[in-house]
Amino acid sequence: MHSPSIASTHLHTPGEHHAEHQTGWARWLYATNHKDIGTLYLWFAFAMFITGGVMALCIRAELFQPGLQFWQPEFFNQLTTLHGIIMVFGAIMPAFTGLANWMLPLMLGAPDMAFARMNNWSFWLLPPAAALLLISLFVPGGAPAGGWTLYPPLSAQAGMGMDLAIFSIHLLGLSSIMGSINIITTILNMRAPGMTLLRMPLFAWTSLVTAYLLIAVAPVLAGAVTMLLTDRHFGTHFFNAAGGGDPVLFQHIFWFFGHPEVYIMALPAFGIVSQIIPTFARKPLFGYVSMVYATCSIAILSFMVWGHHMFAVGMPATAQLFFMFLTMLIAVPTGVKVFNWIATMWQGSMTFETPMLFAIGFVCLFTVGGFSGLVLSIAPIDTQMQDTYYVVAHFHYVLVAGALFSLFAAVYYWLPKWTGYMYHEGRGKLHFWWSMIWFNVTFFPMHFLGLAGMPRRIPDYALQFTQFNSLATVGAFCFGLGQLLFLFNVLHTIRGGVGPAPAQPWEGGNTLEWEVPSPAPHHTWESPPDIAMVRRGLIAQAVYHEGEDEA
Amino acid sequence: MRGAVMKVVRRQRRELPVLLLSLCASKVMAAGEFWTFTPPASQIARQIEGLHSYLMIIILIIFFAVFGVMFYAIVRHRKSLGHTAKPFHENTTIEILWTLIPALILLGMAWPAASVVLAQKDSRGAVMTIKATGFQWFWAYEYLDFGFGFKSKLATPQAQIDNHHTGGESKNPHYLLEVDRELVVPVGQKIRILTTANDVIHSWGVPALGVKQDAIPGFIRDTWFKAEKVGTYRGQCVELCGKGHAFMPIVVKVLSEPDFKRWIADQQAHAKAMQDDPNKVWSAVELIARGRQVYEANCQTCHQPNGKGGGPFPALAGSKVATGAKADHVHIVLNGKNAMPAWSSLSDVEIAAVISYERNSWGNQAGILQPSEVKTARGAK
Ligand code: HEM
Ligand SMILES: [Cu+2]
Repeated sequence: MHSPSIASTHLHTPGEHHAEHQTGWARWLYATNHKDIGTLYLWFAFAMFITGGVMALCIRAELFQPGLQFWQPEFFNQLTTLHGIIMVFGAIMPAFTGLANWMLPLMLGAPDMAFARMNNWSFWLLPPAAALLLISLFVPGGAPAGGWTLYPPLSAQAGMGMDLAIFSIHLLGLSSIMGSINIITTILNMRAPGMTLLRMPLFAWTSLVTAYLLIAVAPVLAGAVTMLLTDRHFGTHFFNAAGGGDPVLFQHIFWFFGHPEVYIMALPAFGIVSQIIPTFARKPLFGYVSMVYATCSIAILSFMVWGHHMFAVGMPATAQLFFMFLTMLIAVPTGVKVFNWIATMWQGSMTFETPMLFAIGFVCLFTVGGFSGLVLSIAPIDTQMQDTYYVVAHFHYVLVAGALFSLFAAVYYWLPKWTGYMYHEGRGKLHFWWSMIWFNVTFFPMHFLGLAGMPRRIPDYALQFTQFNSLATVGAFCFGLGQLLFLFNVLHTIRGGVGPAPAQPWEGGNTLEWEVPSPAPHHTWESPPDIAMVRRGLIAQAVYHEGEDEA
Repeated sequence: MRGAVMKVVRRQRRELPVLLLSLCASKVMAAGEFWTFTPPASQIARQIEGLHSYLMIIILIIFFAVFGVMFYAIVRHRKSLGHTAKPFHENTTIEILWTLIPALILLGMAWPAASVVLAQKDSRGAVMTIKATGFQWFWAYEYLDFGFGFKSKLATPQAQIDNHHTGGESKNPHYLLEVDRELVVPVGQKIRILTTANDVIHSWGVPALGVKQDAIPGFIRDTWFKAEKVGTYRGQCVELCGKGHAFMPIVVKVLSEPDFKRWIADQQAHAKAMQDDPNKVWSAVELIARGRQVYEANCQTCHQPNGKGGGPFPALAGSKVATGAKADHVHIVLNGKNAMPAWSSLSDVEIAAVISYERNSWGNQAGILQPSEVKTARGAK
């Protein structure tokens, strides 16, 4: 274990910063400190996760049995739509931005994010955006009910809830773009001496690529919903065939945003897992450079495969083949990543603390999601599966077991750094095993439902789908209950956990965040970390070799 | 089997505590039928199922190989066993290999898949063409080669669907998968289906026949199937199309060639008998009675049986349009507006009737309309 270099983090005289140490609500409202903003993002994301989760449970309750029990179909559609939008834009994406805020400066040796005040703005756009979405439930006509994909003409005929959602999406997009600019500038300009691009932690790499993806596609979504808005109110006919428009145009634009979007929710997860597995295997990450290349190729390919969401729309055979081949191709870099993680574990000296368990759970389940993705990429098979529960199963394996599990892994991994205390390992493991089991009980049967032809987004279904649906509902409620344990674990840790955490609670972590004390002081790396210390870490991560260069 | 399903449904309602057990037990018994593709009844569907099985074999082999290695490491290379880490972190040969080999495996998957894509997209040489139009929320079929058509609507009674306050009526075996009039086709013939929609996007799909094609307003798409066996095949609308999305099944009845010929002859005769004489002058009572049928078939899902509307759909009772100038009323029905689709596909008689009905119901008193007036309005457009 290294001794924490407090000297390098606290070169200023104590009290120097008291002017900007605000307290109470002002500390959070005017927050410009990356750690405070990271915390805000994470709590916001958690609140949205619970909100979206309750909606998921409402959906599953209705589907427990055939027949309409609890909701009218229109409200059911509002639930699925809001669940999807809230989970994607309110829970997963802000959580990753929050992590990037908290961890990037620490890992890169930077004192803060590049644009601290813009950072404050990009966070504070989120609560009003979320409020708009939730308010839409109470306006005449209710919340948007056209699915998170908002396809017109259905979304064009909806009530004013749709307008609120469109405005909300504009705010969310603005927030994402500002957040991305911050991440990119921080990574490109504020790294510690000696840390070249090809030597920075993989989490920084995936954050960088994700931020670029976001800047590329957030305006695309904003454009699509703006066109929808003008169709609804200003007499344009972009998507209205009767006025010379094309409803399918929306789908092309939406998925040109939407497919990269799913990688926006997956790439940071890859980064997190690439930090955690080496730590607990006590070995450097295998194939660092191929990991970087794989990340970039996935990002590039993600722009060329949107058509696989539209195989049933009716495109020429050549277009189907084009999208099918390119989609299959994504399996190659994704495979490389999985192989590299396994090679990292191979011949390691592994321990299985909660972050590692979630990381391994991620690898297993994400791979299942990858395989079902490969099945769906085959256009004729997709003809059977499109818009069935197979798709619901597939994307929840990627989003819940992928994005969410990696987030849990990250929280347990960095919680000691954030709070200064250790979480209760037994309860952490319980949370993992509970989530792992009930996740599979919830979503694995959905593959079968899809194969047997159950459409998605329906509040009621034919009798042969009963058993798997009931099973999935039981699973979902148990899974949901388990997340209260997560909340409990986090609160318990904040209140002191099982005792103070050392600067480096894990034996194998070699990135810079473990050089600062736990909890990380409000100000860290006010002067850049010492080059010898940086090199020590880089050597341990095997991205730098003794005397390789003297830059 | 269906009986067993029903029993499980009812049992679950009463005995929540034993739910999990009964589920597991009944699932093992019943799963055989429900956990995979519906048995294919066309060559394309069979090819799809074959592709899927082939893929699953490859995937399972990869899965067990890769995770075998991982779990071996998890079991053997742990610190608690005293295993020390060997800090290797690169091996160019291996990395190139595990890029190339998966790429080759993918080629082996893409090749057979491509030939199915080409076959599936080739709708040439069909013996007949049927147009399927998606409505909120039912399907309409037109036999383009025979000059008649009909609507096909959910036949499951509302009382079986609504379980809000009661335990619910016991459900038909084909609950939600039954219609009042099936699409009827001959066996062993290539049938081309044209899809389009009247209001929002729907999707026409029947798993056993290996077809699924979105139905898009303003556009015509096509797909085809050739059913290999006489029988009834069921599907559902598979594109979110609003509140009735779960309630627009697709039922295809495949008849033998002679049965189909007989059926066609019946239908044509029936259609002829039903045809309205557009030049006849209708009485108010006739028009309103006829209009009521048209309203119930087409309009009341949105505007409600009581004409009060709801959500984005305006009330007709006392509305400006339904009590104001006739010309405006005709115009909106013929051309649609915002969420209201154009209904120009209805006949002049139907439009005249439904407008007369709307102008004389729910307290409206705004006079009737003759089919000839609709005809003139169409011409003027
Ligand atoms: C807590 C566990 C969760 C459960 C039980 C759950 C359950 C469901 C259910 C039942 C549906 C509706 C499927 C349908 O009718 O088509 C759905 C849709 C969806 N879920 Fe989840 N979900 C969960 C977590 C998540 C998470 C973490 C995400 C992350 C992004 C997510 C993203 C989505 C999306 C995008 C949709 C599609 C919405 C639409 O059809 O427009 N879900 N989920
Ligand atoms: Cu539909």
